[in-house]
Amino acid sequence: MSGVLLYKSELCGLIHFLVADQTVIAPVPLTHGQFKFAAVTTLEEIALDAIPTLLPPKKYFLPPQESLLQYDTTQGEKMQAEVAIEETVLFGLHTCDLAGIQCLDMVFADRPKDLHYMIRKQHFTLIGLECNDYCDSSANCAMLFNHLPKGGYDLFLTDLGDYYFVDINTHKGDLLVEKSGLFVPVTPAAQDNLQKLRQIKTKRFKSEIPIRYQDIKPLFEASFESNVWTDIGAKCLACGNCTNACPTCYCFDIVDEPEFDLTRGKRLRIWDSCQHENFARIAGGENFRKERGDRQRHRYNRKFHYPMERYKQIFCTGCGRCSRTCMARIDLKETFNALIEECR
Amino acid sequence: MEKIAVRNSGYQISRGRISRVTLLTETERLFTIVLQNNETLDHDPGQFVEVSRFGVGEVPISICSSPTRRDAFELCIRAAGRVTAALHRLKPGDEVGIRGPFGVGFPMTPLAASDVLLIAGGLGIAPLRSLVHYIIDNRRDFGKVDILLGCRDPQSMLFSAELEFWRQRIDINFLCSVDSAAAEWEGNIGLITALIPGVNLDPFKTIAITCGPSVMYRFVIAELLKKGIPPAHIYLSLERHMKCGLGKCGHCQIENLYCCQDGPVFSYPQIKNIRGALE
Ligand SMILES: Cc1cc2nc3c(=O)[nH]c(=O)nc-3n(C[C@H](O)[C@H](O)[C@H](O)COP(=O)(O)OP(=O)(O)OC[C@H]3O[C@@H](n4cnc5c(N)ncnc54)[C@H](O)[C@@H]3O)c2cc1C
Ligand code: SF4
Ligand code: SF4
Ligand code: FES
Repeated sequence: MSGVLLYKSELCGLIHFLVADQTVIAPVPLTHGQFKFAAVTTLEEIALDAIPTLLPPKKYFLPPQESLLQYDTTQGEKMQAEVAIEETVLFGLHTCDLAGIQCLDMVFADRPKDLHYMIRKQHFTLIGLECNDYCDSSANCAMLFNHLPKGGYDLFLTDLGDYYFVDINTHKGDLLVEKSGLFVPVTPAAQDNLQKLRQIKTKRFKSEIPIRYQDIKPLFEASFESNVWTDIGAKCLACGNCTNACPTCYCFDIVDEPEFDLTRGKRLRIWDSCQHENFARIAGGENFRKERGDRQRHRYNRKFHYPMERYKQIFCTGCGRCSRTCMARIDLKETFNALIEECR
Repeated sequence: MEKIAVRNSGYQISRGRISRVTLLTETERLFTIVLQNNETLDHDPGQFVEVSRFGVGEVPISICSSPTRRDAFELCIRAAGRVTAALHRLKPGDEVGIRGPFGVGFPMTPLAASDVLLIAGGLGIAPLRSLVHYIIDNRRDFGKVDILLGCRDPQSMLFSAELEFWRQRIDINFLCSVDSAAAEWEGNIGLITALIPGVNLDPFKTIAITCGPSVMYRFVIAELLKKGIPPAHIYLSLERHMKCGLGKCGHCQIENLYCCQDGPVFSYPQIKNIRGALE
């Protein structure tokens, strides 16, 4: 598709245009230099300089708790499958988070399709925002080439000083540009500036971990019995913060929530974590990932190894959230370095 | 937020009515279930369903009847915890929710025309019973049939009346062994693996299928390989924690495999090198 420009003076107008008929979600500041995605109504509320938010945007596509079925047992096991939808714009998505959404799309569109996710997803408009520089040292996006846009958005904004270069990626994006009337045609100078920025970025963003992309999966194949897993296991608290914060973790549980009269209620999907002790335990007490080290190894392999076989895609976006959030200070880059050291 | 209906959701249930409940042992009951509008479940032997009661929850249970018997299907359920205990309280006429059938069942195409060796431990007889009934209903399509069953003690033996019928058939060789029993027990005592060497079989014509607790598998497989059965002719059914049955929730994952979709029945070469598949 094509590109247009949005002058910064018009950004306020764009938000105004968007909030008119839908919910707009964007990063907003919290204390301690942290950010979260939340509903906004004005540009002033939005943190354009946000580092990856505490929880990733998956909380909108795959809510921490959502109703799959509505049931009524007054006359047998009656039910209706349902999904809650809302026209929503996600504004200010970084390239890592866009990569995470693409991973979730792949999983839920894979057969058997998850229609709840897929139907809800259609009601979102995704507007990306490029990082011109690193957010912080926890990130490892360049190692996975996620510091550059790779699609997955309707519109994608790149800050080039007085204006944003806006890449239009979908028909939905096209319509938005057309209807808002706030965008202007691209100039050769803008094209030039975009090229220059990308060149600067190529110098600034270097693989954060000394390993080539194609060597990542073999590293995890070779390190299955590594002591690194035992070491991490000894530190891990099995709290599941890392998986909650990860934009590509989607494990869940299904539980019923009856209303007070006990005849009606909802069958819910709720976030679960492979780090929890009973996640893989079966009747009879056998537990297939009993030790915390086993479960951490599983988490890492579910990012860097297994999805490469199933989806031909690494499921880490490089956002750094797991490292930032871990109370036991288990750090993704350190884990990699320890594995590389051991397998050398 | 607006709520819209989802048609053909993977999570929606079909309503099943319990037509009969048979007490098998102190802890296991057999439920005969008829789907709404007399629909057939249309399953392969070895597949499972998700059974639920709204307000209680959902659990994976193997289908233990054969698809050749189309008007109803059967589930053998052990009271193992919260949901299964609630299912045990149900009576004929009560409804349950059914999702599925899910997963890959037994290899029916290669099985036909082969000799069949079935090895069940404990509750593993439930999924295998589906296959045994299928074989009995299509007996001419199969070669020689040997069934080995192992369980803790004679009291915990499931389907004992039916087992007697299998034992008496001349076209099935049925052997059973218990771990321990009182003096009046006339059958074998000892581990099921001890029965394997005595089976008279042509290893290249035989497909062996085993179903039971995971501790059993390593020993059973070793014995089968000793008999000269090619690894690719050995199949087993794995049990894992399961929630969705759709390859999404992650509970049943064994390395790169999802037991609910890629299994529960696997060939031995498929999982031989998957760490964590055979403990
Ligand atoms: C493919 C498959 C086929 C099965 N076939 C049969 C069968 O034919 N007959 C039969 O009696 N049982 C069968 N089971 C086991 C049955 O699913 C469990 O006994 C049941 O889920 C326990 O649930 P509960 O709520 O009663 O127990 P809970 O009170 O939830 O817990 C008791 C124990 O069961 C484990 N458990 C809980 N939920 C599950 C789950 N969804 N999957 C596996 N383990 C779980 C718990 O971790 C705990 O250790 C099968 C399991 C699988 C995966
Ligand atoms: S956040 Fe840290 S302590 Fe908690 S489960 Fe993850 S690795 Fe373990
Ligand atoms: S594994 Fe860590 S760095 Fe990678 S996507 Fe998940 S939270 Fe981000
Ligand atoms: S049961 Fe959910 S992925 Fe297999």
